[in-house]
Amino acid sequence: MTSEAVPAPAPRAGSARLIQLLSALALPVAIIGLWELAAAQGWIAAGLIPPPSQTLRTWYVWAFGPPGIGLNPYSGTWFSTCLYSAERVAQGYAQAILIGVPLGILIGWSRTTERTIDPLIQMLRPIPITAWLPFSIALFGIRNFGAVFLIMIGAFYPIVVNSTHGARDISRNLVRAARMLGTPERDLLWRVIFPNALPAIFTGLRLGLGVAWTAVIVAEIVAVKSGLGYVLWDAYYVGRMDVVLADMASIGILGFLSDRLVLLVAARVLHWKQI
Amino acid sequence: MEADLIAPGASEAGHSAKDCIRLVGVEKVFAGRNPVRALAPIDMAIGRGEFVSLLGPSGCGKSTLLNVIAGFEMPTAGRVVFFGRDGPTPPGPDRAVVFQEPTLFPWLTVWENVVYGPRAQGRRKESYAAAAERYIDLVGLRGFEKHLPDQLSGGMKQRVGLARCLIMEPEALLMDEPFGALDAQTRLQMQELLLEVWDRLRTTVLFITHDIDEAILLADLVYVMSARPGRLKSCFTVGLPRPRRAELLTDLDFNALRSAIMAEIRAETAAAGAH
Repeated sequence: MTSEAVPAPAPRAGSARLIQLLSALALPVAIIGLWELAAAQGWIAAGLIPPPSQTLRTWYVWAFGPPGIGLNPYSGTWFSTCLYSAERVAQGYAQAILIGVPLGILIGWSRTTERTIDPLIQMLRPIPITAWLPFSIALFGIRNFGAVFLIMIGAFYPIVVNSTHGARDISRNLVRAARMLGTPERDLLWRVIFPNALPAIFTGLRLGLGVAWTAVIVAEIVAVKSGLGYVLWDAYYVGRMDVVLADMASIGILGFLSDRLVLLVAARVLHWKQI
Repeated sequence: MEADLIAPGASEAGHSAKDCIRLVGVEKVFAGRNPVRALAPIDMAIGRGEFVSLLGPSGCGKSTLLNVIAGFEMPTAGRVVFFGRDGPTPPGPDRAVVFQEPTLFPWLTVWENVVYGPRAQGRRKESYAAAAERYIDLVGLRGFEKHLPDQLSGGMKQRVGLARCLIMEPEALLMDEPFGALDAQTRLQMQELLLEVWDRLRTTVLFITHDIDEAILLADLVYVMSARPGRLKSCFTVGLPRPRRAELLTDLDFNALRSAIMAEIRAETAAAGAH
């Protein structure tokens, strides 16, 4: 073996990826294995914490079982339940983006907007979404829009704050360069300030999405009668801890997938950032 | 070889017809708790098609002077007259600036950066595409049109910074230590490139530097600036023939001029120390 004997790069990269995957999975697999073992040995009461195998079976019936069986009201409702929650997140999140991004950019760019609107946002921001619940129910009742409203409020703050930061965080000379190249004053915002703020905006979008999923669960527990949050609390009340666990895992998967989606869009839009 | 500093008011009625930039008693004080007097009253005239170097130590206010001419900053007192038009004039493509840091738009490719100005002014592609290709060729960037700024070396970035100015066909090119951040070899290359470009275009250039060799090699006139508050101390005419190349750096006349300017700067430093 001489030092020149460099192994071919392709299989090496492949095996490196495999090792990465295995080391990522090792701990979760160990925990699930231990948990299963603990349940099988009777170390934990099955009614309190159902074993992973049972949770998976429940999950399967929840997703693919025949709907409308009286004994198991959850059977076959998983997809529609997920859709309810995802739709609410999509609606509230989209509204938060539509309001938060332009407003944040304006606050970061214009002193007038900063002085008039930013103080109000900063005053309302410490109020957690849970505190908005009674207000939202009183205003919108037990209806869909109440949930969407809470999601919008929750996702709005990280989006607006990061957009503001992005618009402020611009080198003075970059604006000067745009001016000296003849950019009309009214075009500066979308030609320079907005693209420059995009990395910060996407940070806000990712944070906002996390809050949106928190908000939808809270809202569905209290303010509407459908979706993953509703099922979560309902199942807890009737002692179906297996459904509770499957529900939690579902929320995690949807949150993860939607975050990947945002990352995918970010990679497209910010292609100039990743070299 | 040494010319007297242009006396205040001397250029007032004089050769204004062929003046490109004229400064009359331009002063700059940065307000604050400890106001900083960056520029003492400065009178200066730069003729049309002249290449003028402004030589001075760091912090002597030479960049401030450039910013005032570019319209980035307002003079505290005095006037900037540009082609007979009395200031204050907002920044514009008639006085294009090459910054010390390249200050390109990182989300735009080389091509998009070069054609930024014409696009920002809403010009049609047919009106600038040929010119863009010509200037990209002239600064030696052919084949890099699709690259992003982050994929370029420092010297290449400055070529883009130069090309995006040239495409605006400015009346004057203001260059703020554009090669100061480059390594010695690249700097020499860029100096020769600038000489070549200037020989073709003969644009009026104000070139700011703290490098004596660079100041002499490039310019027709070298103004020496004193430390804060910045004032023009003396002016040297560079009689070296054009076209010039870097070999000139070993020329006898070049070195004689170099010695004279160094002596001037040394006297200035000694005087400053005596205070």
